[in-house]
Amino acid sequence: MAKYIGKRALRSLLTVSIVFVAVFMLLRFMPLEGYFSDEMIKEADEATRMSYLRNLGLLDHPLVQLGRFVKNLFQGELGRSLTVYPKVPILTLLKEKIPVTAAFGLVSMILGIVFGLSLGLIMVKSQNHFGDHMGNMFILVIRAVPSILYLFVIQVYVSAWLDVPMLFYDNRPNSWILPAISLSLGSVAWYALWLRRFMVDEQNQDYVKFAQVKGLSRSAVQRKHIFRNAIIPLVIYLPSDLLLIISGSLVIETLYSIPGTGGLLTTAIKNQDNNLVQILVLMYAVLSVLGVFLGDLLIAFVDPRIKLTQKED
Amino acid sequence: MSQQNEKKITLDPVKFRAAVFDHMRSEDTGYSNYSYWKSTFRTFFKSKAVCALVILICGIILMSFLYPVFSDVDPTKRSLIFMDWNQKPSETHWFGTDQLGRDIWARAWYGARNSFLLGFCIALSDVGIGMIVGALWGYNRKMDPVMIELYNVMTNIPSTVYLVLLAYIMNTSFLTLFISMASRGWIVEARFFRNRILSIRDSEYNIASKCLGTSMWKIVTKNIIPHIISLIIMEAALCIPYSIGSEVFLGFVGVGMPVDAITLGNIVNQGRASFTQHPYQMLLPAAILCIITIAFYIIGNKFADASDPRNHV
Repeated sequence: MAKYIGKRALRSLLTVSIVFVAVFMLLRFMPLEGYFSDEMIKEADEATRMSYLRNLGLLDHPLVQLGRFVKNLFQGELGRSLTVYPKVPILTLLKEKIPVTAAFGLVSMILGIVFGLSLGLIMVKSQNHFGDHMGNMFILVIRAVPSILYLFVIQVYVSAWLDVPMLFYDNRPNSWILPAISLSLGSVAWYALWLRRFMVDEQNQDYVKFAQVKGLSRSAVQRKHIFRNAIIPLVIYLPSDLLLIISGSLVIETLYSIPGTGGLLTTAIKNQDNNLVQILVLMYAVLSVLGVFLGDLLIAFVDPRIKLTQKED
Repeated sequence: MSQQNEKKITLDPVKFRAAVFDHMRSEDTGYSNYSYWKSTFRTFFKSKAVCALVILICGIILMSFLYPVFSDVDPTKRSLIFMDWNQKPSETHWFGTDQLGRDIWARAWYGARNSFLLGFCIALSDVGIGMIVGALWGYNRKMDPVMIELYNVMTNIPSTVYLVLLAYIMNTSFLTLFISMASRGWIVEARFFRNRILSIRDSEYNIASKCLGTSMWKIVTKNIIPHIISLIIMEAALCIPYSIGSEVFLGFVGVGMPVDAITLGNIVNQGRASFTQHPYQMLLPAAILCIITIAFYIIGNKFADASDPRNHV
């Protein structure tokens, strides 16, 4: 087991390094004009601009820049934002934004699991009847319609209907409801869809028929046998979902103007904020690789049939 | 004593005589005129709703490609007359006009055509490349470490990086959007097909078939391809809503097609800006968009169900 974890850790390290170096190098292909603010383009002359770039170290060879960045990283220095929030330390920025996004993410994840699994169970119980059809309609709309459309419609119409604010205010709790619910819709649909499908698959297995023949009640079979087996393939995604809640949702945070991390990466890429992009990519890559790894460990823990280490044969 | 026991059972010698061995008919017994594709299409078209959807979507595709032929309304024609701006839907302008006096009905169809083109290109490249790579990957377990590494790296690099970078090298266009969207789609599809091919290749009926001496060629063409082809069609169908959704999303983020390009994403995002005063400017084109994505989503899923041989009767 220790050997397996060590091997996986090394490979994860390799993945993260490749992702990081690739993004780092891609960013160095961006044109130099992108680093200037508008007033700099209008007012500053060539020499000022060049000295600005030299001060930021952007004119050095990319490998030198990479070395410097890694050295700083190991000293716990994350650097400062270049263009999006000029000169603000990235650590301060993240400390400010992550709690907001993480709070919404956590609440919506809990909502997603609770309502998603309940909806899935209802759909299985009323298979091919009213509840099932309604659930399928919901899943269809959420998965097929571009999220911006339904999120926008919810923001405009449901906020008017419930008489809650259309935007996020950190001192008005009733403005937090709609974003949290909107954020959970995708995962509600996802959990309901897959729980239903896996439970329907399990229902046709021999062990279910055997359990019924033994005289177990329908609900006991559902609860003790079908549900437990159907949930296993879903468990594997839990750690990634939990870790990546800090990445937030770009659409929802933009619509409700929540000061979170949602659009940070995209904005940083658009504005060529190299330092910010690098830190964010590094952070998300580490979390997503870690999430997959934890998912594999968790599923081996939940399902004793799954062995992580292959037998030598 | 019941009457049944007393009844004498007599066999009619005319009806019950020993069969004469007939070589021709003995060959017949194991034969049924089962054809995979006939059964697939019969199951697929059994539902009237699916037939209606297929007709509807064919109509929409035809309409979007033929619209320029039988209508000479210029979707880019702006009007300088104040009266032509923001007109409500009427007989001359079925979907009304936008804030520059452009006809939204015409724009919606030109936009749908561009969205279809993008969707078809993405479907072709993602599913085409993904299938070939996935087939090789599934058959060569030696490729596993390299390909899994590549998958982890590719999915962790934000595709906005490619998009912004490409937008600097050449102007933002159909091509840059296509490249950045296709850059990671293929490997996701490749992994999907690899997992499918792996499970089909090692499933019991194929091992049994191999043991009975079926040639490799026959296993591939008769046992594996039918399963994969249905998946290919399903994945291709699901690529359309996905690519249309991505295009809307990129437009929302501000890295999509140039503002003057006519795409469904641009129309919807521009309509969103003036939503409070003129909701029809967004809702009517969005309705066409939703019909397209929902129809493709349903067709993709229903086709996947119909192409599963277990659902054939």
